[in-house]
Order: sequence, then C-alpha cells, then structure tokens
Amino acid sequence: MPPLRNSSQIAPPSDALQLLAQYQRLVLIREFEQEAERQYKAARIGGYCHLSSGQEACTVGAVDAMAACDLLVTGYRCHGFALAKGTPAALVMAELFGRRDGCARGRGGSMHLLDVERGFLGGWGIVGGQLPIAAGLALGLVRQGSSSAVLCELGDGAVNTGAWHEALNLAALWHLPIVYLIINNEYGMGTKVERASSQPELYRRAAAFGMHGERVDGNDLLAVQSACERLLTRAREERSPAVLEALTYRFRGHSVADPGISYRSEEEIEEHLRRHDPILAFEQDLLSKGVEPQQLQAARESAARSVAEAVSFAERSPAPELSSLAEGVYASGSDVQFARMRLGSPFGEQELVFDAGLGR
Amino acid sequence: MSAAQLDREQAEANLTYREALRLALREEMARDQRVFLLGEEVGLFEGAYKVSAGLLAEFGPDRVRDTPISEAGFTGAGIGAAMLGQRPVVEIMTINFLLIAMDQVINHAAKIRAMFGGQVGCPLVIRTPNGAGNQLTAQHSQCFEGWFAGTPGLKVVAPASPADAKGLLKAAIRDEDPVLVVENLSIYKERGEVPLDPDFLVPIGRAAVAREGSDVSIVAHSFATVRALAVADRLADRRDISAEVVDLRSLRPLDVQTVADSVSKTNRAVCVEEGWPSYGVTAEIAARIQHACFDDLDAPVERVGIAEVPLPYAKNLELAAVPSEDRIEAAVLHTLGLS
Repeated sequence: MPPLRNSSQIAPPSDALQLLAQYQRLVLIREFEQEAERQYKAARIGGYCHLSSGQEACTVGAVDAMAACDLLVTGYRCHGFALAKGTPAALVMAELFGRRDGCARGRGGSMHLLDVERGFLGGWGIVGGQLPIAAGLALGLVRQGSSSAVLCELGDGAVNTGAWHEALNLAALWHLPIVYLIINNEYGMGTKVERASSQPELYRRAAAFGMHGERVDGNDLLAVQSACERLLTRAREERSPAVLEALTYRFRGHSVADPGISYRSEEEIEEHLRRHDPILAFEQDLLSKGVEPQQLQAARESAARSVAEAVSFAERSPAPELSSLAEGVYASGSDVQFARMRLGSPFGEQELVFDAGLGR
Repeated sequence: MSAAQLDREQAEANLTYREALRLALREEMARDQRVFLLGEEVGLFEGAYKVSAGLLAEFGPDRVRDTPISEAGFTGAGIGAAMLGQRPVVEIMTINFLLIAMDQVINHAAKIRAMFGGQVGCPLVIRTPNGAGNQLTAQHSQCFEGWFAGTPGLKVVAPASPADAKGLLKAAIRDEDPVLVVENLSIYKERGEVPLDPDFLVPIGRAAVAREGSDVSIVAHSFATVRALAVADRLADRRDISAEVVDLRSLRPLDVQTVADSVSKTNRAVCVEEGWPSYGVTAEIAARIQHACFDDLDAPVERVGIAEVPLPYAKNLELAAVPSEDRIEAAVLHTLGLS
C-alpha cells in the first residue's frame, strides 16, 4: 500500500471555529444514524435503511471541499451527505418516515434523499447507476458554460460494475469536471474488497482511463477535504476528472437489517470502534488546537437536540395524501396526453392514478 | 396572416421518413441551443442509418457528439444533462442495444421525477429503430417498445409515416419527460408528404385513423401500420372489404379512445405488431378493447405478431415469421368469418 496522505502533512491548521462547526456535523450524523436505527427497529422507518456510522469524516470532508455551485451525487448510503450539505435533519427524518415534509416529499425514502437548492441531486439506489448520470451532469454544466464541478460518491462495490468503466471513460474522453469519490469501507454488503476486486487498490483503476487517482485516509476529515478540494479545483479549472479513494470503515451492518457479523469478526469491528473512530480522532485534534471539552460536549448535546426535534417534526408531518399518488410521475401538463388512456384501464386505475394527479 | 406566411405554414415536401426525422432534429437544434445529439456514429459517420447526416457539419461536434460503444454510459450522460435542463437526444443504433442501457432507462430516467418528489425532471429523448425483416437474425431483429411502454415515467411513441416521424420527434424534444422514439428499419426509406412548418407537432398520446373503414379495425403501430394499410388496400380491391386502420402512434400514453371508437363502429378488431405478441403491445390493446367494447364485439379480438422464436437468418424462415401482409389478411378474414 502506498503511503496515505494525511492532514499533518498537507493541511494548515484551520480556524478552530470552523473545525468545531465540522465537528458539529460529524456528531449530528452519528447521532442521526443511531436514531434512525432505533426508529427503524420501532418500525417507524421502513424499506432499506443504510447507515453511515464510521464514515462521517470522509462525508463531511468531501462535502466541505465543494464550492457552493458544485453538484453532489451519491449512492444510497446518503443520510450523512444530506446532513453534511446542510439539509435540515427534520426534512431527512421526515423522508425516512415517509412524510409529506420529507426532502423527497415521501417519495424517495432513505436511499433517494435530495436537496436541489443545495446542489444535492440525489441518492441513487442501483449500485453504479449514478456514475454515468453524474458524468452527464458534468456535461450539462459544461454545456451551460458553468465553471462548476460534480462530486460523485460511490462505494467500493460500484467499481466492479460496467457503469463505472463507461462513466470514467466518458469523463476522461470528454474532459468532464467531475471527481469520483470512492468511499471504500472495506465491504460491498458482505464481500470484502479483496474478494471482489482483482485490483483492490481501487484508485489505481483511474489509470486505465488516463485519469488521475489517489488514496486518502478517509477517517481524517481534513486530509479528505484537502485532497477533494484540490481535485475539484482541477476539475473546475482544467476540466480534468479524477478519482479519490477514501479508506474508511462501516461500523454497522450493510443495512439496519444486517447485524454485520457473518462476514467479519466482532473483534474487527471493536478494533475499528476503539482505534479508528473518525470522530474520536477529530476530537483529539480539536482538543490539541485548544478547543475546550465543554465545547465538544455542547456540540454533542446540540446534535442530540436536533435529532430529537427531527423525530418530533417527522412524527407531526402528515403522510402524503392518497390523492397525490401519481403526482410527479410526469411533468405538469401531461394529463392532457394521458386523458385518452383512461378507457379500459385496469381495475381501480382511474381512481388510483388518473384521478390522483397523473401529469397534473 | 399574410399570404406568404400561409404558404409557408401549409407547405409540404415529399420526404423519406429518415429525412423527416433529420428535418425535425435540424429544426429543433436551430430553435433551441439546449438540444444536442449524442450516440454512436452520429457525427462523422453521419448515423448508422444516416438520420443525422449533415448535422455535424451544420452544428459542430459539441452538439453532435460521437460516443464510444457505451450505451449505458452515454444514455446516463444524457439523463444527467437532461436533469440540468439540457435537451439531449440520444441515438441508440438499434433497439436491441437499448437493452444494454436498460438500467439507465428503466431504473433511472423513468424514476427521476417521481422518486425525487417532482423536484427534478428528465427531458430526455432516446431515438432508436426496431424491427425485423432484413435477415439481421436473432440479436438484431427485435421489438422491445412494449417493455418500455409498460413502464410508468416513460413516454413511448412509434411513428409510422414521415409526417408523424417529424411531428412526434419534435413533440418529444419539446416534452418535459423522457420520451422513447421508436423508429423502424424498414420505414426509413418510405416517402410521404411532410409539413414544413417548423412548429408542426404531432401531439403525444393521440392515435390516428390512418384509413377509414367500416367492416373491421386493424390496430397497429410502427411498420405494422404500413403493412396494415397495404392489407386494407388489398382487401378493398380484391374482396370489397372496408378495413379501418388505426395507427396508435403513441404507446404510452396510449389513445384507447380512438381504438374504442373505431372498434365500436366496426365491431371487429385485429391487432398487429412487429414484436412478439405474448405480453406485447397487442396483448394490451386486446385487453383494452374487450373492456371498452365488450358489447360491441362480434368476434374475438385477433392478434398478429412475429412468430415467437428468436429470428432465424434463412430468408424463407424469416419471411414466414414476420407479420406479413398475407398473415394479417388471413387474420382479418378469420375475424370476419370468411376464412
């Protein structure tokens, strides 16, 4: 393994207040994920629910490397990215609850969060499927004459899909302003990277496309931020795409339904929790820079309050109206096109779909 | 309105289906800078079936973008660009290759607006030809439009005439949702009168009565419509049978109303498609007819499609498999109790 870049080598000490703000989001994500697991087990969250505990540093570091005008695309483990971007926890929790005020209006759930206003164009649920789309967003930016870039997150499993190869080839061939961020948490579901990838140093695959690739300690927030900033700047200024692989670890199972111990030992998990918790590492960093322990405590309490308020908001938010079932399936005005399809439609379809906002 | 304006708006030209598609692309690209083409061989090669001939020279490589053989990649790229409000027109060389991009179309393009709560759209157009009959064999002779037409979130149109090719492609490009425009290998060379008005559009979701008749309704789309019209001519000439041909034009939204109006008048229906009929477009049409026209039917709804085998190469076998005019005619006669 090549030496990893880390913050002590590259990042000048940042302003303590800014670091504290980043800490605030690290603990918010951790707290949020723990609460999501509780709410899932209480059956108030359904479907799939993939937690990102352990991956907070690379999430916040990467998001904080983005310029305000950049676009973010992620896979399905996206709660942390929405929160890191600043999407209110209440809107994220309401989405997990399937409520009207959710950030995807109760249509997306855990895997399909988004925040258009903040440039977050989706959590996507098919492994690798978002990679060509992210390239297309970068192409769209170029066609618009924008100087922004796209940050596209993927997991270590996605590099073995065909879409990875097709997307990277296009990004390199067309000089698209995009950075592909691989969050390598060691396992694609239960399959360790070495059991899935013939080249387990995933960043090296960028070379096949003549693209720059590098690896960073994903548990070192500032190292991730610094590398990501540098690559996004290149993408914006030189239209030069890149791959950044962040090495981290998923503390919980693949999803809430997976105890996460059939394919790895409890000792391994324990070791990561004890020695490689990115939040503990960041705390030490902050304390060494003169931040008071009480400030950290206050940040943790504030995160707990935000999450409790998010749950309370989600509980109060109404479920979507049944009469809105078909809203958003087609653009407004399409109802005229569909008017002549009502006849002879399947039993109940008229009430369920045509009368429930199809194309309205 | 001035006389000159009137002339321009009423002018028509005799064009091939291919030329009509090209005219639609050129007009929309001239009208809207956001419209751009991408696909395999659309630029320098001028399109595998020459639909985009001349457009690279006219609009340049940024708007006529050659891609690698990478259907999932460039279809996805089209989706992403569309999400930002661009108007990409993706050419897939034949519908058989669209399967390679199936995940991007079905799991992504079709889902974006609904899955994200109506906050993001995907005004993407995918153009691709279907069809058998050219000895292209098992992997290159298929019709999958029914698969896509069965997917909420997509719109699917399948023009059968040059005029409809122009009008529907233009309507698709101006639409706010992902639209699959199904062309056909055998129709590219067919000629017809095409309106030259740059604002001529054929509305999505409207079928057409391509030929009026009173004895039986033949319901078809794409190349099956061309065959059905020939059969209707033949039946009129040789047997004094008046067949009405309903050209669906749009598969999703589907204009059931026009089909039902026709069948209620003729009391008999033969549904024809170039693809496999089981679980196919004709299966859907037959179900709609039996529901909407139950009391009007004088005979079971008949279906004709391509034989349900992977298409063989040998010419005689292929000819036996396709829904030929002879087979359509036989089905019509059967429906009328004349066989």
